[in-house]
Amino acid sequence: MLTYALKRIGLGLLILVFVMVVMYVAVFLVPGDPASVALGPRATPALKQMLTERMGLDEPVWWQIIQFFRNALTGNLGYDVWSNRPVSTLVMEALPNTLALGVSALTAALLIGVPLGCLSVVRRGTLADAVIGVLSVAFIAVPSFVVAIYSLLVFAVILRWLPAIGAGEAGDLSSQIRALVLPAFAIALGWIGYIARMVRASMMEVMGEPHIRTARSFGLPEWKIVSKYALRIAIIPTISLVAVGLGSILSSAVFVEAVFARPGIGKLVTDAVNTRNYPVVMGTVLIMTAIYVSITIAADLLIARLDPRVRDVFRG
Amino acid sequence: MSSVVDADTPAAVRRRHPLLRALLADPITAFALLLVLGFLVTAALAPWVAPYSPTRIDVLNKLQPPSAAHWFGTDHLGRDMLSRVIFGARTALMIAIVSVALAGLAGLFLGLIAGYGPRWLDGILVLCFDSLNSLPMIMFALAIITVLGAGTGTLILVIAATSFPSYARLIRAQTLALKNSDYILAERLLDAGPLRIILVHLLPNVVGPLIILLSMDIPVVIMVEAGLSFLGLGVRPPTPSWGSILYDGYTSIRSAPYMVIFGGLPLMLATLGFTFLGEGLRDYLDPRLRGGRPA
Repeated sequence: MLTYALKRIGLGLLILVFVMVVMYVAVFLVPGDPASVALGPRATPALKQMLTERMGLDEPVWWQIIQFFRNALTGNLGYDVWSNRPVSTLVMEALPNTLALGVSALTAALLIGVPLGCLSVVRRGTLADAVIGVLSVAFIAVPSFVVAIYSLLVFAVILRWLPAIGAGEAGDLSSQIRALVLPAFAIALGWIGYIARMVRASMMEVMGEPHIRTARSFGLPEWKIVSKYALRIAIIPTISLVAVGLGSILSSAVFVEAVFARPGIGKLVTDAVNTRNYPVVMGTVLIMTAIYVSITIAADLLIARLDPRVRDVFRG
Repeated sequence: MSSVVDADTPAAVRRRHPLLRALLADPITAFALLLVLGFLVTAALAPWVAPYSPTRIDVLNKLQPPSAAHWFGTDHLGRDMLSRVIFGARTALMIAIVSVALAGLAGLFLGLIAGYGPRWLDGILVLCFDSLNSLPMIMFALAIITVLGAGTGTLILVIAATSFPSYARLIRAQTLALKNSDYILAERLLDAGPLRIILVHLLPNVVGPLIILLSMDIPVVIMVEAGLSFLGLGVRPPTPSWGSILYDGYTSIRSAPYMVIFGGLPLMLATLGFTFLGEGLRDYLDPRLRGGRPA
């Protein structure tokens, strides 16, 4: 188990280094220097020089990469080219908004998706099962930012029930929650479908097990068998999947945050890409990749703990 | 000559096209097939189907609600929304098909090498696939776009680069499973070279599952293209893309809500159509591949 954990963590670190090296090498290989692209055609040579130095682009590539990691280890991710504020501060300001969005979306998806999956199993083969099946796929298929725009149109613009933009007033919890509803809904919808499907599939497997047959022969009602005995086992793959899901939600929140002008990580990085703010992009990508990779590793270790079959594959 | 008579009966047609029959048997899959065909035809015939040029600016008629002259209304520059949506289909499908095909080819090539080649090469390649696979796709895409600049080429490259590792893994697993099967061993005993074994024996056997996976990724790619174009990081204006149409509508959502409605509908219908068709294809060809993760 320890070997497996160490292997996964080692691979994770390797991935982080790999991403940053790819980015730095790509910056180096692209024709034209980033400073003049960022400043536009009317920049003076002195200004260009200053920006190049500030972004550290006048050094050799390998040195830039080493510098970056050396600074990153001490918590210094560089400075915003335009406002000169530390990138780590910008990320720390934005991260809570994105985390709140991701966690509340996943919680909502679990609260709705798991019962839907259970209902599907209790009523398997009926119209309800078929409808839930089709709806799940439809929810997965519809792009989250289209859901975001449509719900913005209906609930914020036409009905005016909820705020259209922002993350709510600082310190005012009720306004923050109100600002969270629509973006969380937009992200949750696809996951409701996905979780319902996952719960149904893994529960169908469990339903054939002897202990379920025993429960049934004792004459327990079907919903009780499902919720009390089958769900306990069937939920394991779903939980590990949700852990992985949080990682991918954090990065796909980019689109939804753009629609609701929510000051999260997604908005931070999109704005930085648009203004060619290299240090901010590099720092944010590093942090988000690190979060994503560590959540994935945690989920994998969780699966390995729960399921020895997985663990044995990686042993050695 | 009963076979000649037989050839024209519906039963014979059905016997010859079991796939089509299976797809049409389920009403939802049949509808999805219809939608996909509709989008493909519209995209192919865009210049002839669209009533106006998608980039023709007519400021006097800007932000007109739907009318007989402009079925979907006009945007903030007076461009015909219907024509933009139709050409948007062309952009979306072109990018989806080209990038998925590129990624598929890269995955096929590298997967075969990893599966059939020497152990050390396999190790290196798998490490690369796994590293790329465990990246948050959107973040990596944004990073590449920062460096290369937004545009159709960058978009195709980004999508292909982030999606080929999962194809390569699939092909590698298939190749490893087949590599030691009896007929490949027999072929090797008969002194067949690795190239012949790969091209004649492995390739036809590993392509099937790949095609299912590719078809299921098309809606995801359509979504990513629209999403990035919505952020202004995908297709460059004035080329119409469903994402940039949605963005134009989003900026005038209060004054002209029909723009986001008509901009979002084709995108939703296309992703739904391709998803349900992919599900139908998979259920018919290989039910074991159930699963997958939303983007």
